[in-house]
Amino acid sequence: MPRYAGNVAAIRDLVRDQEVHRDVYVSEEVFQLEMEHMFPNSWVYVGHDSQVPNPGDYFGTTIGTQPILLVRHTDGTVKVLHNRCPHKGTRITSETCGNAGKFFRCPYHAWSFRTDGSLLAIPLKKGYENTGFEQSHAASGMAPVRHVRNYRGFVFAKINDGGLDFEEFFGESLSSFDNMIDRSPVGQLKVAGGVLRYMHNCNWKMLVENQTDTCHPMVAHESSAGTVVEVWKKAPPGTQKPMAVEIIAPFMSPYEFFENMGIRIWDNGHGHTGVHHSIHSDYSAVPGYFDKMKAAYGEERAKAILGENRHNTVYFPNIMIKGPIQLLRHFKPIAANKTLVESWTFQLVDAPDMLLERTLMYNRLINAPTSIVGHDDLEMYERAQEGLHSNGNEWVNLQRLYSPDEAGQTNVAVNGTSEWPMRHQFRAWAKFMTMGM
Amino acid sequence: MSMVAEAQLKHAVPTDQELIDFVVRETRLIDQQRFDEWLDLYADDAFYWMPLEWNQTDPRLTCSLMYEDKLLLSIRVERLKGVRTFSQKPKSRCHHVLQTPQVDSRDPAANNYVTWTPMHYIETRMDEQTLYAAWATHHLSVENGRLKIKLKRVDLINCDAAFGNIQLFM
Repeated sequence: MPRYAGNVAAIRDLVRDQEVHRDVYVSEEVFQLEMEHMFPNSWVYVGHDSQVPNPGDYFGTTIGTQPILLVRHTDGTVKVLHNRCPHKGTRITSETCGNAGKFFRCPYHAWSFRTDGSLLAIPLKKGYENTGFEQSHAASGMAPVRHVRNYRGFVFAKINDGGLDFEEFFGESLSSFDNMIDRSPVGQLKVAGGVLRYMHNCNWKMLVENQTDTCHPMVAHESSAGTVVEVWKKAPPGTQKPMAVEIIAPFMSPYEFFENMGIRIWDNGHGHTGVHHSIHSDYSAVPGYFDKMKAAYGEERAKAILGENRHNTVYFPNIMIKGPIQLLRHFKPIAANKTLVESWTFQLVDAPDMLLERTLMYNRLINAPTSIVGHDDLEMYERAQEGLHSNGNEWVNLQRLYSPDEAGQTNVAVNGTSEWPMRHQFRAWAKFMTMGM
Repeated sequence: MSMVAEAQLKHAVPTDQELIDFVVRETRLIDQQRFDEWLDLYADDAFYWMPLEWNQTDPRLTCSLMYEDKLLLSIRVERLKGVRTFSQKPKSRCHHVLQTPQVDSRDPAANNYVTWTPMHYIETRMDEQTLYAAWATHHLSVENGRLKIKLKRVDLINCDAAFGNIQLFM
C-alpha cells in the first residue's frame, strides 16, 4: 500500500531536525518518488564536455534512472536528450560513447534525428499522412532536456521546468569547481584515465553522506590506512616516502585533524569539508608545475589557487568532487538498495603528467572495486542497509554538533566533525522531493 | 598443505615444465591463503597489474584496477590478517581453475620468461559467490636458483564492467 505518493506531510515527516527515518534508505516507494520528483527537480550532473569534443559525439548516462545522452550538436553547443526512440522506446545508441555523424538513426525502424533530437526522417513517411502524426508525442523526436547548463565544461541538466535556476541552485558552491579548473595553467580540464565503476548494494544517499563523514576514516579505515602506517614504519630510515603512502596514510589522522579542517555549508544541500586543510594538503610538489602556474596567473594568484585544499565538495544530489586532485565521484541510483559509483578523473590541460599519475593512483587505491579502502566503506554501507530493516529503531541519528538555529544558515564554516552537512542534505532532499507535489 | 612454496631449479635455465609448475603453484598458494609464502614469489621490484581497459598498454596515465608494487601487496597481505579488517569478517575464500600455462617466450640471456594462462577465478564470502574469467600473464626471472615474478598481469574478460568487492588475488 503506498504511504508516500502524493503525501507531502508523510515525506516531510521522514526528515527531523536531528534524525531521518530509515525509509529514506530502504523504501522502494520513496526511491521511486526520488526518481519522479527529487532528481527531475534538481540540477543533476550529466558529464564533461571534453567527452564530446566534436559535432556528433555522444555520451550515454543517466539522470536518476532515466537514460539520457550528452551530445555535441552541429552548432557546437552541447545538448542533453532522452535516449529513447520516440517510436517504440528503443535506446538509440549502441555504445556508451561514440560519434553519430550528422544524425542519430534508430537501429529498429530507421527513424532518424538531428543531433538536437529533432525528427529528421521516417521511412515510408506516407503511412503517417492524415493520421494526425504532427500532434503526436513522436513527432517532436528524441525529447531534449530543456534546462541544460555547461559550467566551464561541466554539464548539468534539470528535467522539470519548475525548481530553481542554475545560479540559485548552486550559489557560491561553484567556487569548488572554479578551484579545480583554475589548477590548470590554461583553466581547462579534460576527462582522462578511464572511469572506475563500483557496484554498491546500498542506498545512494549513504555514499553522499559519507563524503562529509569525518569521524569514520580513523575507525573504518584502520584496517587499510592503519596497516599502511604500520608497514611504512618498518621502512629503513631515509627511505623516500612513496606516493601511495602519501595518499593513504592521512586517512589515519586523529580526530583533532578533522575537527580543525572545518566544514562549509552552502544552500540546497551543497557543502565541503576541508576549509582550512585536508588530507590532500601535504602532497609533494610536482616539479615544474608551480612555475607554469606562476607564469599563467602571477605568483600571488597561483599560490591562492594551490593553497585551497578542499577535501570533498558535495553537490546535491549525487556528486562529489576533489578539487586538489581533479576527481569526481558520481553516485548513480539504481534501486533503493543498489548504487553504481563512477569515479572520474581529469587531466589539468598544460600541466605535468605526474599530476594525472597521482590522481589515477588515488582513484585506484581509494575508489576501485579492488581498493582496500573501498572494501572498508562498502562493508559499512551494506551492514547499514541490512541493519535498517530492524524495527527496534526506525531512525538514523544525525545529531552530532546540532544547533537549533542552523536551519536557513548558509555559507558558514563549522567544526569539521559536525553532521550538519548531512542534516543539510536531508533538508534539501525534503525540499526537492516535495517541490511541485 | 605440504607443497613447497618455492622450488629450487634443477639447472640455471628453467625448463618449460618448471615454469608451468611455478605458475600453478602460485595460484595454489593463493587458494590456500598462504599469502606470506605467496608474496615471497615476487621479486622486490615486482608489479601486480590488473588493467581496467581492454588491451591496456599504459599503467601510469590510464587507470587500472590494480597496479601495485611489493609494498602495496604486502600491505594487502597484512590487512587480511588484521583484527579490525571488517570486510574480512567473515573471511573471503577463493578458487582458481587454470588451463595449462603456455610458455610464450623464453630468453635466458635476458633472464626473462613469459607464460600465458587462461583461468576461471571464484571468490566467495558469506552467501555470495562470484565467477571471473581472466588471462594471467607471468613475466618470470631466475634469482639465486629460484623463479621470481617480475610482473603478473591479470586481464579480466570484463575488465570494464561494474564490480562489487574483489578482495583477494586472482
